[in-house]
Amino acid sequence: MVNLGGIRKEVSIELVPQAQVGDYVIVHVGHAIGMIDPDEAERTLALFGEMSAMAATESAA
Amino acid sequence: MKYIDEFRDGDVARRIADRLATEARADRQYSFMEFCGGHTHAISRYGVSELLPANVRMIHGPGCPVCVLPIGRVDMAIRLALEHDVIVCTYGDTMRVPASDSLSLTKAKARGGDIRMVYSAADALTVARDNPERQVVFFAIGFETTTPPTALAILRAQREGLKNFSVLCCHVLTPSAITHILESPEVRQYGTVPIDGFIGPAHVSIVIGAAPYEHFAEEYRKPVVIAGFEPLDVMQAILMLVRQVNEGRAHVENEFTRAVDRDGNLAAQQKVSEVFELRPSFEWRGLGEVPYSALKIRPAFAEFDAERRFDVGYTPVADNKACECGAILRGVKKPTDCKIFGTVCTPENPIGSCMVSSEGACAAHYAYGRFKDIPVKVSA
Repeated sequence: MVNLGGIRKEVSIELVPQAQVGDYVIVHVGHAIGMIDPDEAERTLALFGEMSAMAATESAA
Repeated sequence: MKYIDEFRDGDVARRIADRLATEARADRQYSFMEFCGGHTHAISRYGVSELLPANVRMIHGPGCPVCVLPIGRVDMAIRLALEHDVIVCTYGDTMRVPASDSLSLTKAKARGGDIRMVYSAADALTVARDNPERQVVFFAIGFETTTPPTALAILRAQREGLKNFSVLCCHVLTPSAITHILESPEVRQYGTVPIDGFIGPAHVSIVIGAAPYEHFAEEYRKPVVIAGFEPLDVMQAILMLVRQVNEGRAHVENEFTRAVDRDGNLAAQQKVSEVFELRPSFEWRGLGEVPYSALKIRPAFAEFDAERRFDVGYTPVADNKACECGAILRGVKKPTDCKIFGTVCTPENPIGSCMVSSEGACAAHYAYGRFKDIPVKVSA
């Protein structure tokens, strides 16, 4: 059972057998095809942030 | 929704855009192709092209599964429904694809064909279980993302001994299509577009991993950056491509690390290779015959192969002559270069493949960009 922004829908996890309740999965045509790695997601967001910090330093210089 | 909203932040997008403007060298042009329709849609919907410097251009690739489905394959599905009295199940966006004789699956349904829209391959199996006296065919389309669910459906049908379920397999492969765009003979006919790099697909790469692009980046010296489907992912990937071009590198980089690793989903790949094998050649709408670019069902699963179970041969059908999809899919022309764009050919009445699905280059431009083409006149 997944919650898609408020919509509850049953999907197959046969392709991601390691998925546990509470995990974030990527759903495609009714099947979870992959999982979201929360640490990597944070790292990508931090990368966006770093870049803007860098831009700010440059414009200050 | 978590992991979505953060990747759509407009302020961060503008900051990445500033960075891009600083790093993109003014003395050169950059052309990047986003292969995947999901990225085409995101770029149009969120106005990503507006945020790019004038010398960075995005070319919309052929990675829209509905768009590249050739007319002849849709004709096969229609014949199954109308002449063989089969229940045809398929994904919703396949229903409207224009076929021969002014038909589509939707119109064939209106003529009495038993054609049903399903959300997943598993739902087609349910239809087969519920109608044991009828033959049920799942019209299976899509790239590496929709293939594993089709494989699961066939494996389950075999386990259950279902005698009335088969699949009309039209699954196609991403890496071979990218290669084809760069080296096909039609390049001469359409002229060449200098493509400096590719944005690699998001969901496809979850399944196949980053490794399949490595050979390609090396052999053709084109950088590839795999990106998620959110606008910030796309912006960041473009920045990473600009950096690779500036530094003279051609590597596979991964912006979508939260879901993609080098190997991909091995469980899914195993199911796919158990059920499917390569087709020597397959026709792509807009690209023509592309060698080793599609899958067919292995002989061990022949009883679930609709092409073997029913006598429905494949007849290629040419596109409308006025349609520029072939050139648009290769990035040689833009949707607005096509004479029938937005006049004869609209999302309500699609003539060419790029207008069929919301992921197509023409449909995306029609929905989100067509008014930007008209210059705004301010009268005093």
